[in-house]
Amino acid sequence: MARQPRQERQEPETTGHEWDGIREYNNPLPRWWLWVFYATIVWAIWYSIAYPAWPLIEGATTGYKGWSTRENVAKAIAEAEAANAAINERPASAELTAIADDPELQAYATSAGAAVFKTWCAQCHGSGAAGAKGYPNLLDNDWLWGGTMEDIHTTVTHGIRSEDDPDARYSEMPAFGDILEDEEIAQVANYVMTLSGGTPPDAEAVAAGEEVFLDNCAVCHMDDGSGDIFQGAPALNDAIWLYGGDYATIVETVTDSRFGVMPPWQTRLSEAEIRAVTVYVHQLGGGE
Amino acid sequence: MAFLDKHQVLERNITLLTIFAFLVVSIGGIVQIAPLFWLENTIEDVEGMRPYTPLELVGRDIYVREGCYVCHSQMIRPMRDEVERYGHYSLAAESQYDHPFQWGSKRTGPDLARVGGRYSDEWHLDHLRDPQSVVPESVMPKYGFLEDRLIEPRHIADRLRADAMVGVPYSEAMIENAAADFRAQADPDSDYDGLLERYGDTVGVRNFDRQPGISEADALIAYLQMLGTLVDFSTFTPVASR
Repeated sequence: MARQPRQERQEPETTGHEWDGIREYNNPLPRWWLWVFYATIVWAIWYSIAYPAWPLIEGATTGYKGWSTRENVAKAIAEAEAANAAINERPASAELTAIADDPELQAYATSAGAAVFKTWCAQCHGSGAAGAKGYPNLLDNDWLWGGTMEDIHTTVTHGIRSEDDPDARYSEMPAFGDILEDEEIAQVANYVMTLSGGTPPDAEAVAAGEEVFLDNCAVCHMDDGSGDIFQGAPALNDAIWLYGGDYATIVETVTDSRFGVMPPWQTRLSEAEIRAVTVYVHQLGGGE
Repeated sequence: MAFLDKHQVLERNITLLTIFAFLVVSIGGIVQIAPLFWLENTIEDVEGMRPYTPLELVGRDIYVREGCYVCHSQMIRPMRDEVERYGHYSLAAESQYDHPFQWGSKRTGPDLARVGGRYSDEWHLDHLRDPQSVVPESVMPKYGFLEDRLIEPRHIADRLRADAMVGVPYSEAMIENAAADFRAQADPDSDYDGLLERYGDTVGVRNFDRQPGISEADALIAYLQMLGTLVDFSTFTPVASR
């Protein structure tokens, strides 16, 4: 078979442009490429009709599929709530004290409450609930506002000294720097240290300090310093301190007072979540 | 094709080519630019939105100055996991008075769009001084110096006027009383009726850092404590189709 001479090959079509003897071929685009290109155009037209796309003077086209981020998230939340409805309904409707008697309910509420606690409470009370200076430890059985289920539930629901909830627990210790002389503050600080068995820096001031204490502090903190959970007045006769039990800190507390605030959670958490976290906190060790 | 052959006419006439090239580019420009003139209609009308008070605005400037946005976003995405962790998803209207907005997409720390009221003022102060004292696993740097830097509201009226120029509805009364409102919000013993009258009852009036004088910490905490609190979602339901 004779080899086909080069000259006989068909010359491809050119565009007719010629620059310095260089001509431009007019080869067609690869067919597969061309069809993919047409397909993207068709897809773009379909997409702009199916989904929200074109801005108009009043709003925008919504698309025939009716796709909406807000509806999607509302649906996802509704689905999750429906899936959990049966299991959330029981802790939300049961008597608070009865939750602990039902092992299954107790187990559920505790693990659900642990999740709520880590999301919303751990920033102040610590991820292990051990608290920090100014933020109460929830592991011990020393309670400012009571450690029963009902007490914890009320505290979580309405908060403490919060402006955002009219039912928040409220009490305010006066700043005794405006009421007492510096000498009296020093005396009472020395006395308060003895209540929990501490060693005051000035033992001679203790007797005078007791007088100041009974006149000014005992109304809320009680004569023996055992505190009063109805006013959130901390017990002073134990070694558990919220802000510190050393002499300097006690003087600071008496002089300027303290005003710890806890936000109300009923606006952010559901009743089932509040109850779950109540059970969780109650079973941490200090629940009454 | 006969139609395509006509292209030669354009290619051989520089004036015609300029005119038609300009027309084609104009179409692209109009498609991109024209919708911006009707941008307002993408923001739904939401009850409760108000411009920032002077103290909050200064706090916001400190937030921007310190680069808080580098680690904290301010937009809760409309997804279930986001809503469960941070609260109701953010609405466009909630950042309509932000210049510039603080949405962000970098979250080394948590989203702050609804941090207002979530913690006490004292917590914010403790946390700014030493973040690890309350959140041991935090990598946030300390901002204790903010409470030592006192602010005099010398330029606050101009600051409000600048925002008014770009569309924030500050009234003349708000601008005139800017310095007084600035001081009143950080002092619960002051006469702050005018402040509440101008900005509404949602304004929190407290000595935020519990120390005399108005410090940068006062302003920043005032700003943080109002974030995401203006819209009352117990009474407002966003339009589902948007």
